[in-house]
Amino acid sequence: MDAILLQILNGLDKGSAYALIALGLTLIFGTLGVVNFAHGALFMIGAFCAVTLSKILNASYEVIDETKTDFLGNPLKVKLTYVESWFGPETGAAIIDWTVPLAILFSIPIMIAIGFIMERGLIKHFYKRPHADQILVTFGLAIVLQELIKAFYGANPIPTGAPAVFRGSFDFGVLLGYEANAIIYPYWRMVYFAFSALIIGGVFAFLQFTTFGMVVRAGMADRETVELLGINIDRRFTIMFGVAAAVAGLAGVMYAPINSPNYHMGMDFLVLSFVVVVVGGMGSLPGAVLAGFLLGILESFASMNEVKNIFPGIDQIIIYLVAIIIILTRPRGLMGRKGVMED
Amino acid sequence: MSNSKFTRRGLLKTSTLAGAGLALPTIFTGASAHAFTNDPTGGSVTLGFNVPQTGPYADEGADELRAYELAVEHLNGGGDGGMMNTFSSKVLDGTGILGKKVEYVTGDTQTKSDAARASAKSMIEKDGAIMITGGSSSGVAIAVQGLCQEAGVIFMAGLTHSNDTTGKDKKANGFRHFFNGYMSGAALAPVLESLYGKDRNAYHLTADYTWGWTQEESIKASTEALGWNTVNAVRTPLAATDFSSYIAPVLNSGADVLVLNHYGGNMVNSLTNAVQFGLRDKQVNGKNFEIVVPLYSRLMAKGAGENVKGIHGSTNWHWSLQDEGSKAFVKSFGTKYGFPPSQAAHTVYCQTLLYADAVSRAGSFAPCAVVEALEGFEFDGLGNGSTLYRAEDHQCFKDVLVVRGKENPTSEFDLLEVVEVTPAAQVTYPADHPMFAGGSLGSCNNGA
Repeated sequence: MDAILLQILNGLDKGSAYALIALGLTLIFGTLGVVNFAHGALFMIGAFCAVTLSKILNASYEVIDETKTDFLGNPLKVKLTYVESWFGPETGAAIIDWTVPLAILFSIPIMIAIGFIMERGLIKHFYKRPHADQILVTFGLAIVLQELIKAFYGANPIPTGAPAVFRGSFDFGVLLGYEANAIIYPYWRMVYFAFSALIIGGVFAFLQFTTFGMVVRAGMADRETVELLGINIDRRFTIMFGVAAAVAGLAGVMYAPINSPNYHMGMDFLVLSFVVVVVGGMGSLPGAVLAGFLLGILESFASMNEVKNIFPGIDQIIIYLVAIIIILTRPRGLMGRKGVMED
Repeated sequence: MSNSKFTRRGLLKTSTLAGAGLALPTIFTGASAHAFTNDPTGGSVTLGFNVPQTGPYADEGADELRAYELAVEHLNGGGDGGMMNTFSSKVLDGTGILGKKVEYVTGDTQTKSDAARASAKSMIEKDGAIMITGGSSSGVAIAVQGLCQEAGVIFMAGLTHSNDTTGKDKKANGFRHFFNGYMSGAALAPVLESLYGKDRNAYHLTADYTWGWTQEESIKASTEALGWNTVNAVRTPLAATDFSSYIAPVLNSGADVLVLNHYGGNMVNSLTNAVQFGLRDKQVNGKNFEIVVPLYSRLMAKGAGENVKGIHGSTNWHWSLQDEGSKAFVKSFGTKYGFPPSQAAHTVYCQTLLYADAVSRAGSFAPCAVVEALEGFEFDGLGNGSTLYRAEDHQCFKDVLVVRGKENPTSEFDLLEVVEVTPAAQVTYPADHPMFAGGSLGSCNNGA
């Protein structure tokens, strides 16, 4: 039982990332009808917003320490950060320590701007083209973006830690009456899950309870009628593209302490997130969230030794296996609208 | 009237005989103008550097390229000569190789076997490379080594740690300076015993490909010989990025040591995840929980950040070594590039010098002559102490370093500290050791 609980917990944070990326993907598909293969790159750029802020906050000047030598035997150049010299060692260190939460604020305008430029500069020219063209152009864009990141930041992962207060893990086992260490879960992953829930809730509330959201939902259901009412639905959909980019970016920012950001992390998530969208139902926001968590948890279960011993390699194919079953039995996905993908 | 006796049949007969006569010397003599693949005829010789320039190991590949460029500069008489000054063999004089200026071409392996073979093939066939060297992956090294054997050129392997490279997949035209999984196990075991004792339960997470398998086998064998029990060994997909679902069950398994048979991005992520789960803060079986990373790389350690602190592993070489060869190399490299070299840079620099030296001693670029010069060659002054290129398997036997993630680094390069220099004798194994069984060198191939 403890092993099952453990894998459910593990699936939650993985599912959170899938759900956030898939939410943006399906939002773009539902509003603009575009299959955006560059969405994983937006997740990656979000993580690199955290890396960039970390580099900014760690900007330093060199002081020569005559008592020590570097690897060539020259006097050692010690790096001191401007932040620590401006705000004092303690406050400065605290600011640097809280880089990732601060990067949330830093990344939102950047991600919205990138989303806006991407949509106005490239993707809008492909609205009326076949999905295959959209996939090709957005996939190409994803490759360009990741190569740009590699050119600036290198190919190696860049460690970006969580604030010290969130390091370590919580022993759920003791809380539930199990032995110590039976069910442990890192604090930051709990934060990630809570953050995802907040963002998902925020997006739903925005769409459900604001006039803007109501118009967007109406546009998703019947674009032509909304346009006939004199509403500029294109402008609203462009804004939604920016919102979707920001959601993917925030998912990336908060993911940075979980796995050190690297230039291809977007691609690692992209394909799985697409599967999540298809399983959840193309264009269905609740479906993307449900499928994200469902597949995240299933993937965790498939990684258990007990399961792998019976089905070797199942951890690598489980998501695709489930996707095949869902598509065969319910082509519109778990919560897709009737008729979508069924013709 | 013409008296000519020429007939069509006669002309054909004569031509055939003349053609056969002309061809005879080339067919039956070994000393023809092109007795081996890419015999350099002009004033220069071309080497092929096949490294990952794109993909996840691109930074390691970039460091290898820097070292190759430095080696070429030194061979051609530029710079301060680096380890040529400390190398025990003194035939290299800064005039290139056998008086020919050294030039080079580069290829991108992308850390994919098929891409690596294609770029090596192109360098051999189009650019006339006489020797191929490089690589940051065992899968790639084994694939390119096989290609070089067929093509009749020498392959000087770069960073490849799988036992198979000089085990079941060894080839007569291939040579490895880098150490291997068996050596990591043999070097680490005594240190692990002194640190953690004989009564330990180990849990292995292993990258699911040739290198991971042989490393797991090696580390299991050496730790079980100490008396350690292997609780479980779980294979993880090479493409995995989040290892939480593999790490979460570790504490509950009764294990008190986690061995991460991972490299590159896998190592960075699995170690980061293990530390996130607080494994290092836990007590199991009344002992502190420990993590071991058998193959360390400074470039990879940088990716894991603070998580490497206090964690033990092994490495082929480290820039902080104080022997004359290491100091000379670090000075050359550091002066040229502004930071110390990685172990990948060191091994490829050594391989380039060793190849040039072997050609010079043999007096020929012919692969079989180079093979003969390298087999059983004993040398010193290249940073790992006295070293033997064993004839039976073309593996270098030299000291191996046991290292630990440094607690208080003074710079971004100062991530590892050498805990012990394990002497070559301790990591030497018989050529017919079961972990290396299943293949044979075969005969050297001159190609052409």
